[in-house]
Amino acid sequence: MDVTFKIKRYDPEVEAPESYWQDFSLTLDDSATVLDGLIKIREEIDGTLSLRCSCRSAICGSCAMRINGHAGLACKMQVRLAVDDDNVIIIEPAGVMPVVKDLVVDFDMFWSKIMAVDPYLRPEGPEPDAEYIASNEAMLHLSGVTACIMCGACVSDCTVMEVDPTFLGPAALAKAYRFTADPRDGDAQGVSRDRLEALNGPTGMWDCTRCAECVEVCPKGVAPMDRIMALREQAINAGFDNTYGARHAEAFSSSLEHSGQLDELRLVPNTVGVFNLPVLLNMAPEALRALTHGKLPPIIHKKIENADRVRKLFRRVEDPDRS
Amino acid sequence: MKYAFFPGCVSRGGCPELYPAAKLICQRLDIELQEMPGASCTGAGVLQEKNEFLGDTLNARTFAMAEDLGLPIMTICSTCQGVMSQANHRMKSNPEYLAKVNVELAEEGLEYNGNAEPKHLLWILIEDYGLEKLEPLITRPLAGIRLAPFYGCYILRPTNALDFEDNPERQNSLERLIETLGATVVDFAGKTRCCGFPILTINEKNSMAMVGKHTAEAKDLGADAMVTPCPLCHLNLDAFQPKASAQAQRSIDLPIIHMPQAIGLAMGITPKDLGLQRHIVSTKALITKLGVAAG
Repeated sequence: MDVTFKIKRYDPEVEAPESYWQDFSLTLDDSATVLDGLIKIREEIDGTLSLRCSCRSAICGSCAMRINGHAGLACKMQVRLAVDDDNVIIIEPAGVMPVVKDLVVDFDMFWSKIMAVDPYLRPEGPEPDAEYIASNEAMLHLSGVTACIMCGACVSDCTVMEVDPTFLGPAALAKAYRFTADPRDGDAQGVSRDRLEALNGPTGMWDCTRCAECVEVCPKGVAPMDRIMALREQAINAGFDNTYGARHAEAFSSSLEHSGQLDELRLVPNTVGVFNLPVLLNMAPEALRALTHGKLPPIIHKKIENADRVRKLFRRVEDPDRS
Repeated sequence: MKYAFFPGCVSRGGCPELYPAAKLICQRLDIELQEMPGASCTGAGVLQEKNEFLGDTLNARTFAMAEDLGLPIMTICSTCQGVMSQANHRMKSNPEYLAKVNVELAEEGLEYNGNAEPKHLLWILIEDYGLEKLEPLITRPLAGIRLAPFYGCYILRPTNALDFEDNPERQNSLERLIETLGATVVDFAGKTRCCGFPILTINEKNSMAMVGKHTAEAKDLGADAMVTPCPLCHLNLDAFQPKASAQAQRSIDLPIIHMPQAIGLAMGITPKDLGLQRHIVSTKALITKLGVAAG
């Protein structure tokens, strides 16, 4: 198979370094992976091409990079599936993290965020006589999230980190969930209140936009966004319900409960607080423009037909006495 | 062709121009729409943060209503589409879970049998209707107009819930539609990214940074307008573009068009009937370039 690798390169050691594209044409077996191709280029065409790799088996997490615009492991992607109609494949370094050279990025930011969530068990209360016991059933649901190989693909393509590198991000939040959902972590009931309180703050769980890029690019099925949604549910259930995020979910849900559909007009004041003048005034220009363009949602909010049935459903499902 | 119509809250709330525009073009396409006045909001992924089972049950309720009508569901919102597809995926792949949902539905005499396949109008046009059948209805091709596609996350990801494997054409459906309308596609990196709307009230700075980044990128590539199948993206990209522009400290001024409006313009429907005067970012320059009277 004759293919062209179009690679985004960067050499920090030249004067006024800038990234540039370079094409490499080569012949590969039909079974070759993208990593096979990159190694061949480095060994046979241009020894200066820098990349990280080790296991070649999607286990070590070293070779995450952007392949045709999306993050993934070079060793897990077959070339024949990645090429376009002209047999071209586009390779870039992972996003968000600074490029060191060619396809090598600086992982300091990645690791500092992992460290920030205390990635180890923190049981509270008196120590048991022997080891901490967790039943198989209580641990099974963690098998997905413990599959993380820290490759950074999710961080590379996170739409929030792209505009705000202070966000804890999908990898660290999924790692945090691995502990908040572990029955041995936290209090006697397995509730990790301290962790949830910390993750509930700025740059934490509520800054995720639910864009699902991380779910899509994760090579190991960790589904970080789903873990972030589970963290939100845990935080609300643990009583941390006074953030804009939690109040937004609450206001949204109560609107649905009462009318079956969203009352857009009252969603913002109910989220930020009806007396929160600074925030409401900040939104005033948009509200005024909507009004003058005939776009302000109806003042009198309409209910769906038989809205009482939806209300009853909410009450049944949300009944705290229900087992 | 007949569908159970699920217009979603925003097409009649924050983007009231979308609902009539969608109905108007469906009339021209001879697609019959049956409303479901008892159907609730999907939960938009927000209710699901609090209680996923409750959200899934609400969607199963809508699916059961459509099954009773014997009709497939049509959406006109990327977010409704994604949330419905995700709920459907969870229920269809787990019969025990579906049975649990049906226990709740039985209380009001409903049952979901797992046969619903909600589809956005965008997918319907390509998969059910056929772009070749749309072509003869294009009486005013958007020749010379440069349109940047903006999908909305929920109609793109996660791909397993959206059945992309069996329907690979969904990946570039919007570009194909734009080409069919006679316009030029402006390809840009932001087309599959997030508009920032879900965090608007939570982290406005980040939300505005996203609006600014994507609209400015399309504008700098020479787009006359951006076209989106998602009214939530529209709200952020249009209504909040002035704020995003101020934060980015640059002018952007890129009109954001709902997908049915773009189709309607190419069908010769007047900009006024399509509600283009209701947009926050003025659509006047676009209408002038099209060479039609505003209506």
